Amino acid sequence: MIQHVVLRIIAKLLAPFILLFAFYVQFHGDFGPGGGFQAGVIFATAFILYALIYGLENAREAAPPVAAQIGVALGVLIYAGTGVVTMLLGGTFLDYSVLSANAGDGQHYGILIVEFGVGVTVSAVMITVFFAFAGRRGVLEEREDVVPTEEKMDG
Amino acid sequence: MWDLFLSHYNYWIVIFLMMIGFYIVMSRHNLVKKLIGLNIFQTSVFLFYISVGKVSDGTAPIITQDISRYSNPLPHVLILTAIVVGVATTSLGLALVVRLKEAYGTIEEDEINDMDAAD
Amino acid sequence: MSVHLPVLQVIFPLIAAPLCLLVRNPFANWLLATLVSWLTFAIAVLLLLQVLDAGVITYALGNWVAPWGIEYVVDELNAFILVIVSGIGAVVMPYAMRSVSGELPDRQISLFYTMFLLCLSGLLGITITGDAFNVFVFLEISSLSSYALISLGRHRKALHASYQYLITGTIGATFFLIGVGLLYMMTGTLNMKDLASLLKPLSDSRIVLAAFGFIVVGMGLKLAVFPLHLWLPNAYAYAPSVVSVFLAGTATKVSLYVVLRFIFTVFGFEFSFIGQPLGLALLILAISGIITCSLVAIFQIDVKRLLAWSSVAQIGYMLLGLSFATVIGVQASLLHIFNHAIMKTGLFLAMGCVFLRIGSCRLEDLSGIGRQMPWTMAGFTICGLSLIGVPTTAGFVSKWYLVLSAFEKGWWPVALLIVLTSLLAVIYIWKVVEVAWFHEPSDAVKAVSEAPFLMLVPLWIVVGANIWFGFETSGSVDVAAAAAKALVGTVR
Repeated sequence: MIQHVVLRIIAKLLAPFILLFAFYVQFHGDFGPGGGFQAGVIFATAFILYALIYGLENAREAAPPVAAQIGVALGVLIYAGTGVVTMLLGGTFLDYSVLSANAGDGQHYGILIVEFGVGVTVSAVMITVFFAFAGRRGVLEEREDVVPTEEKMDG
Repeated sequence: MWDLFLSHYNYWIVIFLMMIGFYIVMSRHNLVKKLIGLNIFQTSVFLFYISVGKVSDGTAPIITQDISRYSNPLPHVLILTAIVVGVATTSLGLALVVRLKEAYGTIEEDEINDMDAAD
Repeated sequence: MSVHLPVLQVIFPLIAAPLCLLVRNPFANWLLATLVSWLTFAIAVLLLLQVLDAGVITYALGNWVAPWGIEYVVDELNAFILVIVSGIGAVVMPYAMRSVSGELPDRQISLFYTMFLLCLSGLLGITITGDAFNVFVFLEISSLSSYALISLGRHRKALHASYQYLITGTIGATFFLIGVGLLYMMTGTLNMKDLASLLKPLSDSRIVLAAFGFIVVGMGLKLAVFPLHLWLPNAYAYAPSVVSVFLAGTATKVSLYVVLRFIFTVFGFEFSFIGQPLGLALLILAISGIITCSLVAIFQIDVKRLLAWSSVAQIGYMLLGLSFATVIGVQASLLHIFNHAIMKTGLFLAMGCVFLRIGSCRLEDLSGIGRQMPWTMAGFTICGLSLIGVPTTAGFVSKWYLVLSAFEKGWWPVALLIVLTSLLAVIYIWKVVEVAWFHEPSDAVKAVSEAPFLMLVPLWIVVGANIWFGFETSGSVDVAAAAAKALVGTVR
């Protein structure tokens, strides 16, 4: 792995910017192109890049699979929970106007919270899917009746 | 005639992609290739929606002062959902292929069929 | 709170699904899923009563008024389907605990309940929504979770069945998406009511015709109409028992509902049946499906596969009623949706009990099982009689209305065919009954005992429903009649 110094440094440098860009896409989605889906995917790519360069083990430490699974559930709950809160405040399901005294502000709050939920779920799902596929190699090797078709990569 | 063809070029591209994808799904025995065909097939539908939503001379649908004519944003939103569904379908399909490969040792459908018939 | 019932119907299971993923305790998950499924059933019944009492209920999501926002619309038809789907869910859930822990490894149990609740939520969503694109979204929620559920089956064939269903189901859903896209292109709206009024002057448009074709064929794939049914037998046969039970009772019914909704509400009676030869096409497909698949079912050696092929044949009866395009025909079709749901659920529930005890549903392994598991096989036999259409069972009622509607049309050969094909059902049900009751038990069978109490109760609730709705026909018949009248409307 020593010989890939350039890759390692660049990946390390890029990761914070990718995450920052994800947050920009997430929270600027209210005014321009963007939103939870896109931001979630961008957020997850930072971890996937990290996993590709530094190996699955290190990536698992950076983003524990358990945390990712909790994220999957939590995002959906944030979304549906917002709907329930609006119902409790007297509106219909996902009627953001009731979230604030001013209906326009309420719409802004609502869409930000809901898109945050979407972003959490999408990024967590992307990371989980990546781990599920990348981590499958171990299962293949444990079984004797299945011969791995690819050579193991160095790293 | 030629005008008709050119002025509706988006539909020709859509139909072309759709038929390619559909043909791959039906004719290939390789499970991964089938999924690739399925993806092309779905992508053609995405293109179809997006091109339907285009308004000539319209810009991106973001409201600012000096823009009055913009594309219809609704198809984009619909297709965003459909793309997410497509990603989920593809990853579930690939996950199944991985499991099939582990269980049967092959990803050729005719070989799997033979093994199924032998059981 | 009662204003919110339409949306609560869908979001209860939708919220419970991620909770199951978080909690990760099989018993807690089961408890939550059971409570939620009972709650959704209660809501569905309340909705049905409200609709029968006060007419159509609408609910604007996010307070965005239709046709701009997504609207949930509950009328007689989908209230009826909601009761069926959530009812099957409520019956299956108590049964699931023992069956799932017997068939799945521990680490998959939480995932199973998550998927199951998502599937339930998707099916209810398809049924309740009044927005064409929303149908697609819920369709994919329920489909994706059912692919995953089927792949949980123990045998490796389950993986292959799930893969085939995934390919077929995705093509079907994408066809549906193309159809909805074409309609949107022509009208600029996705709300079903709005679509219906805007499509009236467009009945000559070839694009609308193409949309009609795409939607009917796409849903036909999900519905397993006769030549498009090849994914179904394997999917039902190799899925875990609970999944077979639930999908056999609900998934195809909901797809049929979508077909009904589009051909009657969106495209309208004139466009579908007078403008196009849809009636004739459905008639041919239905009859060839009934005959072919009943014959194939006779030669199956695995009982779950046998029941799956019989399901495809029974879908033919539902389409047959629809193809008459009369009020009484559609009523018969709806009745058969309901009755088939309860009898096929009962049969699969019984097979799930057998599978839990002997780990197989092959006919040869079942010899003499009736002596060891009398309650289970008695339940199977009664539901089988209902499937055949013996008087005093639910199955008789829908067959009776089918025959009536055929006579009303003056198509007596079709009526004769309905009776004759019921004899085919006698053959394949008898095959199982004979082996189970009249063959000597093998040593393996002698070692097993009756199924657990918690699994017998749901089975016998369903068996009771089969008998109850055979005698007390007014409830189901009246609701189906009201729904059929609302669909076919004043035309006839």
